[in-house]
Amino acid sequence: MLSSLPRRAARQLRGVAAPSLRGAARPLSTAPSDAPEEEPETKKLTMVAAINDALRIALKTDESAVVFGEDVAFGGVFRCTMGLRDEFGEERVLNMPINEQGLVGFGIGLAAVGSTAIAEVQFADYIFPAMDQICNEAAKFRYRSGAEFDCGGLTIRAPAQAVGHGGHYHSQSPEAYFAHTPGLKVVYPRDAYTAKGLLLSCIRDRNPCLFFEPKILYRSSVCDVPTGDYMLPLGEAEVLSPGEHITCVAWGAQVHTMARACERAAAEGVSCEVIDLQTIAPWDMHTIRDSVQKTGRLLVTHEAPLTAGFGAEVAAAIQDACFDHLEAPIARVCGADTPFPLAFEKLYLPDELKIYDAIMRTVQY
Amino acid sequence: MMSSGTVTVQLDKPYETFKLESEPPMTAEVTRDELLGYYSLMYRMRRMEISADTLYKAKHVKGFCHLYDGQEAICVGMEAGATWGDSVITSYRDHAWQLSRGDTVTGVLCELLGKQGGCAKGKGGSMHMYKADANFYGGNGIVGSQAPLGAGIAFAHKFAGDGCCSFALYGDGAANQGQLFEALNMAALLQLPLVYVCENNQYGMGTSKKRSSANDDYYTRGGYVPGIKCDGMNVLSVRECTKFLKKHAVEVGPIVVEFDTYRYHGHSMSDPGITYRNRDEVSQVRAARDPVDRAKRYCIDTELVTEAEIKEIDKEVKAEVAAAVEAAKAAPPPEQSELWTDVHVGQSKDFFMRGPDISTSSGVYGTNR
Ligand SMILES: Cc1ncc(C[n+]2csc(CCOP(=O)(O)OP(=O)(O)O)c2C)c(N)n1
Ligand SMILES: [Mg+2]
Repeated sequence: MLSSLPRRAARQLRGVAAPSLRGAARPLSTAPSDAPEEEPETKKLTMVAAINDALRIALKTDESAVVFGEDVAFGGVFRCTMGLRDEFGEERVLNMPINEQGLVGFGIGLAAVGSTAIAEVQFADYIFPAMDQICNEAAKFRYRSGAEFDCGGLTIRAPAQAVGHGGHYHSQSPEAYFAHTPGLKVVYPRDAYTAKGLLLSCIRDRNPCLFFEPKILYRSSVCDVPTGDYMLPLGEAEVLSPGEHITCVAWGAQVHTMARACERAAAEGVSCEVIDLQTIAPWDMHTIRDSVQKTGRLLVTHEAPLTAGFGAEVAAAIQDACFDHLEAPIARVCGADTPFPLAFEKLYLPDELKIYDAIMRTVQY
Repeated sequence: MMSSGTVTVQLDKPYETFKLESEPPMTAEVTRDELLGYYSLMYRMRRMEISADTLYKAKHVKGFCHLYDGQEAICVGMEAGATWGDSVITSYRDHAWQLSRGDTVTGVLCELLGKQGGCAKGKGGSMHMYKADANFYGGNGIVGSQAPLGAGIAFAHKFAGDGCCSFALYGDGAANQGQLFEALNMAALLQLPLVYVCENNQYGMGTSKKRSSANDDYYTRGGYVPGIKCDGMNVLSVRECTKFLKKHAVEVGPIVVEFDTYRYHGHSMSDPGITYRNRDEVSQVRAARDPVDRAKRYCIDTELVTEAEIKEIDKEVKAEVAAAVEAAKAAPPPEQSELWTDVHVGQSKDFFMRGPDISTSSGVYGTNR
């Protein structure tokens, strides 16, 4: 039982080995069809179901794991925790009052004892009341205690990004704030398959992780997901389709928007290398660098506002690493420097056409 | 025409107090004009929210939409016991407040539909109603965030010595946000003319008060701040209580009130509102405690207003709301430039250029800014 589990034992438990699926380049939103013989059994799942599955596996394989958040006992707003309370009991699937700062701090304490704390913040927009706990407490616990303590068992899940009508407080992409705080990992899946594998990695990773789930994909992303336990590596970008003329980088739902723009460009004879960054912090500079050294051009796109968005970091680092290879200025296609609007979501968002336009301008530079 | 004098009526439910030596009266004096005013405003709110429901279901509403039906007596009763000199700040459940602070049904629906003519020029939507000229500091989307603002507003009243107070409203779920307790402490230290108003509608989204709150006597949760619990379904109870609250806030200092109420709709339009409570519960409250109905019964029982007059009001209100729906539907959307205005004051002209660079594009955006 949780209360009687010694700290060390709990730590070991979390080390359980699950197969790590290294994604060979595979088409968007489909299972690894070109995977080797021991192809795992798969099932068509929505992203909600895949996340639910990952949480179930986490609770099953790690008896110190606890899931908590507002209304999670009834499945949460998006139903990601559906059925977990019935299966694992109320000691391991806890409802929390509306107090994000308190519930994240609670998770840090729980993780400090050695448990696996899986928090849900109802929307990424509501993570800000917990900013202090995340940035000052969770991120610095290991460092400031000389590794005497840490809260590596903490994972915070939060639905993020645009949905078409979310307005100011149901749409934001807050990754850059957290990427600016060393000590945290920040991860975005792009579909049901990556959601399950990356979430399990976050839960088992020995660092506090923020897992932002693109809410628009919850039900719209359906793909073949291995039924068993698997993890996808953190800190690694995935090249989704190789290309010659320009490297295009995105994460979360924006990967799909960007991929459509790349298809449009392909019709014009432009070959794009499509990369899903997946982990925002620490990000996979090497994969992007290698790609840009080949293509000579880079485009980064994200929904968050342009200024000080994570694309700025990618652009700065790549111009430094690839200065001699660059054929054109690095393009950033991002949200506008405005609050996320209710009335002008389409205008605000870096949509397919804006990305396509930037690709064409960059290759014609 | 019936009596136009003042009539004294009994209230339904006793108050409960915490750290208070006195309490509001259990009777209220009303005139015909007052009752007509309360009833017609409450009924207007009710119809407006029902039309918002219809508009949402017909996909005219952008964004989230939280309705106030069931809670009308709080807004109308508080307004009757206070003045527009007193400030109000609330959560996202703000449509009725916007109306009571002087906006029109058309104005509220325009904002809801994201149209020009809304108080936030259609940029805010349902959760963001504001009326600066009537001291309504508006709808706040982040649960609990308005609580400390209420304290700051109260300090400004104290500083100005205007004899007015600040009302900061929050829900039974929001009552658990830490900010509220920080704000209560500041308010007590500074002896602010501040009323913390907990609209206890029994649920915070899908979580009942019993499951979210270790102490669900919200009026006692100020600890060192006195409190009172009041029937939030009776407009006259709320009015009498509000007079008492304001007097206390201005003369003594902060006070907490818990208005016992109920929300008929789900939390927001995406919540059918029947998975965590049953239909019977909702229909029982409707049958026994409906606030609009209670106001109507005061009208009839006092013989200050006739059934025929009520019918006439109902007819007028329905027509007004129906016309407002059409007006809001027909209103134009905001100008595109509204995307990048109001971010800062004194914004540079190329501000939006920091976003997607439309002006240098090959024209694919269909806009030529
Ligand atoms: C900081 C924050 N956390 C979560 C939410 C999501 N949320 C919106 S309303 C709500 C419930 C609030 O309940 P209550 O305070 O009782 O007010 P009511 O909706 O009943 O009026 C929640 C959890 C939010 N808006 N802000
Ligand atoms: Mg409530």
